[in-house]
Amino acid sequence: MIQEMSVLASAVDFLIPASGSAKAMMAAVLLGAGCGLLGCFVVLRRVALMGDAVSHAVLPGVVAGLIYSSERSPGVIFVFAATAGLLGAGLVRLMMMSTRLKSDAALGIVLATFFAFGIMWQSRNQQDTVGVMNFLFGNVGSIDASDLRMMLMTTLVLVVTMFFLRRPLLVMSFDEGFSRGLGYPVKLLNGVFYFLLTFSVVVALQAVGVVLVSAMLITPAAAAYLLTDRFDRMLLLSVLFGVLSGLAGGLVSAEVNGLPTGPVIALSATALFAVVYLIAPRHGVLSKVLRTLRRRMRIRRENTLKAIYQIHEVEGFVHEEVSVLMLARKRGLTEDVVRRDCKALLSRGFIDMAEDGVSLHLSRLGWKRAMEIVRNHRLWELYLTNEADYAEDHVHDDAEKIEHILEPGIVRQLEQHLDFPELDPHGKPIPQPTHLVAQPLATL
Amino acid sequence: MNMIEYITLPWDVLGIGALWLILMAFFVALPCSQMGSFLILRRMALTGDAISHSVFPGVVIAFYITGDLSSPWLIVGAGLAGLASTVIIELIHKWTRVKQDAATGISFTALFALGVLLMELLLGKNVDLDLECVLHGRLGLLLEDDRLALFGLMVPAPVLVMAGVALVTMVLLFFFCRVMMLSSFDADLAASFGYRPAVIHYGMMFVVSFIVVAAFQAVGAILVIALLILPGAAAYLCSYRLKVMLLIAALHALLSAVGGLYLHVWFNSNMAASVVVSGGVLFVLAWLLGPVDGVLWKWFKEEVPTPEESSDQVGNRLS
Repeated sequence: MIQEMSVLASAVDFLIPASGSAKAMMAAVLLGAGCGLLGCFVVLRRVALMGDAVSHAVLPGVVAGLIYSSERSPGVIFVFAATAGLLGAGLVRLMMMSTRLKSDAALGIVLATFFAFGIMWQSRNQQDTVGVMNFLFGNVGSIDASDLRMMLMTTLVLVVTMFFLRRPLLVMSFDEGFSRGLGYPVKLLNGVFYFLLTFSVVVALQAVGVVLVSAMLITPAAAAYLLTDRFDRMLLLSVLFGVLSGLAGGLVSAEVNGLPTGPVIALSATALFAVVYLIAPRHGVLSKVLRTLRRRMRIRRENTLKAIYQIHEVEGFVHEEVSVLMLARKRGLTEDVVRRDCKALLSRGFIDMAEDGVSLHLSRLGWKRAMEIVRNHRLWELYLTNEADYAEDHVHDDAEKIEHILEPGIVRQLEQHLDFPELDPHGKPIPQPTHLVAQPLATL
Repeated sequence: MNMIEYITLPWDVLGIGALWLILMAFFVALPCSQMGSFLILRRMALTGDAISHSVFPGVVIAFYITGDLSSPWLIVGAGLAGLASTVIIELIHKWTRVKQDAATGISFTALFALGVLLMELLLGKNVDLDLECVLHGRLGLLLEDDRLALFGLMVPAPVLVMAGVALVTMVLLFFFCRVMMLSSFDADLAASFGYRPAVIHYGMMFVVSFIVVAAFQAVGAILVIALLILPGAAAYLCSYRLKVMLLIAALHALLSAVGGLYLHVWFNSNMAASVVVSGGVLFVLAWLLGPVDGVLWKWFKEEVPTPEESSDQVGNRLS
């Protein structure tokens, strides 16, 4: 066993580069990967700021370590710090369970009180705790071979644990009760999770400092969350983003002298997030805006079609054509605006315009769509009056919205349910676009 | 030393200075406690955390432009940066499926990192916005500050400034308490009464930024968070009524200030941290003995929820 350990240790040593900047780079990349992995769970569990609370709560531990270990051994400091962090995480959970306070308040209280206790203690022993600032603000440059070995081991442990525990941890992130029902040891898993979180936060502290640990945990994972709905892909993307920001931080601060690595890593991660925020295919802001715009334009087109149909209907379907002026009056819009609407319909083949541009008539496709919309509207009105006991004069607004989104399947169900009705509650006929497209014309 | 000596110790050591320290700590803690109570109710406790970190770039830029650490523009810059962080939070969690907690984390870490970078780039190493001060605050140095004569007393200038901040906050609170209460509990109802919940939200965030910056110098960046959250949280465990809660929060602020002074003198520790630690002790008391949520009463009445129930609630909240 010991032999194996030493073999492993020498294998790890083999990986550790000699030069300082290469060490810094490797540290940044390792942290990016590890925090990216853990961050996915943190973001999904909505305890994103747990990392922040833990990173601040370790301060009394760091101070204790600096005071009580005679030669400031990193191992001792690490153990003390991790203990304080775990204690903090435990208190947060305890507070949430036993009071009405929500997670935000519980996290804030633990964060600030532990930190204050640390500062109070540190201020009594100024000469013993000179290094505490380094610990709090972090410095990738100060990372030596033993720190790097620690990071490698942590990342390794993290990756292996996450690989085997990702299913139960994922289920638990969404529904703790359900995962208990599945027979997972929820308490143990929670313990493992918070232990890993604290461990990684403490390791990352020395490199990026208390505040920016949160950036490494949250930002890459949030960016990944916007890009995919599948958890395995989210994990991979998050690790990728973490590594990329780590690399960027390492490169930029090696290139530009004196730039601190931590903030550059954090800002690179933020920049990645900002890009994803804008252009993510499904959950990005641009695609959302585009989707909304497109939907609005479609609804506008369909409302115009419906208005044309209604003009025909009022006239008893005697004319083949509708003038732009009439349409404008019906829609309550100016002629210019309606002309623009007509152009949109024309380009999609719903209508044909007369050459003088004064009148238009529906194409076969236009008739079909217009009748569908009117049918949806009237079916829904009937459904609301018959089945949901709505008053006749209250159903219009609701139908006005839903007519654009009823799918063929639901329409069929509605028709069956209402026994293929012919009149809506106001006594108007419900058109049948599927039977005979030109039916209204045939009634001539 | 007997009991009496312990109790009179600060006054023996510091004389009238003890009063100034208590007053200063109280004037910092009071506005924090009142705004913090609303933050707790709105489940935005960590917005205080976010703002206290995000003001950094604003301070750096304002300092770069004015070149004066005591310039009022620093407060304006900080207020704007704090506001920017809340706007970013809203932009992220209103527009995407990223939840508020993660949005908060993204926003304040980015602004903080920006602040550190700007400090390195614009100010260089020669001018330091004292990092010790960021952590420890200048509360302990209060007695070395300039003094102003007021009613024949030599009052340290920062006490007067902070008293002004506290006064402004309390006046604002007096006028807007109802509106803030309404929009905290039911934004839609407030909107239907013709108030603008969004305006109230950003107004509150601006006031919080303003207080955070004012308190920043006295107690440091992190400990401000404690002063924002602890009084409100302790009061929340003691009462169901908002007015009572605000009163208890103010009382908590006063007691933490007094307790902080004693801890400071007894243990010769940093004053700002001592105030927070005494506030933490008071919070633990409220946790154990609070009339509403006191754990001891629950044990006493044997109404402790079974572990399954309680962790289910947590599970729902987390998922």
